[in-house]
Amino acid sequence: MTGNELKEIVLSELKKVAPESDPGEVDPNENIREALDIDSFSFLKLLVGIGERTRVEIPEVDYGKVSTLAGMLEYLATRLP
Amino acid sequence: MGEFRMPSLGADMETGKLVEWLVMPGERVKRGDIVATVETQKGLFEIEIFEDGIMGEPLVQAGQQVPVGAVLAMILTEGVAVAAATSPEAASTGPVRTEQPPPEKPAEVAVLKAPAAGTTARIAASPSARRLALELGIDLATVRGTGPHDVIQRSDVEQAAQAREEATKSAPISEQPATAGTLQPGMRQAIAAAMSRSNREIPHYYLEAEIDMDSPLRWLEAENLQRPLRDRILPAVLLLKAVAKALRDVPELNGYWLEDQLQIKPEIHIGFAMALRQGGILTPALHAVDRLNLSELMQAMGDLIERTRAGRLRSSEMTDATITVTNLGDRGVRTVFGVIYPPQVALVGFGRIMERPWAERGMLGVRRCVTATLAADHRATDGHRGSQFLEALNHHLQQPEEL
Repeated sequence: MTGNELKEIVLSELKKVAPESDPGEVDPNENIREALDIDSFSFLKLLVGIGERTRVEIPEVDYGKVSTLAGMLEYLATRLP
Repeated sequence: MGEFRMPSLGADMETGKLVEWLVMPGERVKRGDIVATVETQKGLFEIEIFEDGIMGEPLVQAGQQVPVGAVLAMILTEGVAVAAATSPEAASTGPVRTEQPPPEKPAEVAVLKAPAAGTTARIAASPSARRLALELGIDLATVRGTGPHDVIQRSDVEQAAQAREEATKSAPISEQPATAGTLQPGMRQAIAAAMSRSNREIPHYYLEAEIDMDSPLRWLEAENLQRPLRDRILPAVLLLKAVAKALRDVPELNGYWLEDQLQIKPEIHIGFAMALRQGGILTPALHAVDRLNLSELMQAMGDLIERTRAGRLRSSEMTDATITVTNLGDRGVRTVFGVIYPPQVALVGFGRIMERPWAERGMLGVRRCVTATLAADHRATDGHRGSQFLEALNHHLQQPEEL
């Protein structure tokens, strides 16, 4: 999986939980939950969606590392099966 | 035999459109079954029935718009003899001019001893009362006559109309699941009406307690580590379950203030305040929270959130919450000062779970904490009972394995 494909997956899953937003417009270093107003239930749904497509399950202790788009992509890239 | 009526799904609802019947006449129905869908200006709702019986012929057809309280169909009881007063004919003198069931329709219903057209007695009412009932949308079958030979008088209808108005006012408020991209003005008005009434009528008192969430969250993290991603439990579930258990300890906060007295409810249905992405809030009820384990509650909450956002709530969920919980933990808010949803008597608020300095046994440490608040109706309870509730809440949260 290329970095672009990964980004595509994350952006489309973000779009599912925040349908009226444009996730591509968010600064890669901004907190995505705050920027897109994603509550904890939607965030869990986001991780389930990403997990199903990348096979990476993000444990709760790592939530801090995936709070930004850049952090999320880097985290996933290093753990892809 | 009973009547299945257009329910009131909120104080501002006047009419509803019957979109679809989901059961056929003659079909057996039981309490809680979804029998129809109704559309209001707030969205589409699945309407449940509140008694067991057999579905009669529909008195309102799909696509018809009728006032709240209009009889949609009769619910027949097996083996019950032909009823007189509460017949389809009587019902049709109500707000909606419905057609009599066509006589050529033989009817499974008739077999089930439904009142056949023509055998029904006309309700005794004065012509003036009859006309007024029609104007006001009052079903004469529900009016008690006080005239000679129990004939319904004009004043009886007026009284019934007033009672209905009051009943509608005291129904728990609900807001619409606006599925469109923008907040419909009706929803803002519904919130405005309910909250103004709350502020005007309910003497609120507020209590606040700081709760150490370190050990419950550590327990939850260990629990979640053993679960697949999609079965993870959110901290909000711990809070909701602890509220339900604390309400069992202090039941006076779970119920309604109606007719100048507190009605404690045995079921604990928690109205769960949810912000909609397009603005406004909805507080559909999570049913019997005290009887669900954490996994079941997580599932119920997820299901409710999804259906709220999709605009597929059931009528009971819009009307039967016995208390409300507002969890603003996803935002930066520390303390929630709630406004009670009448006729409920309490609202529990949670702010964000965050690290704070915590002094204990002469030592200062850093703990994850949450501020829990109680807004309660002083007519129903006093601060002493309220503080016992917050103590019980803390007590249950400190034993997460028991939740």
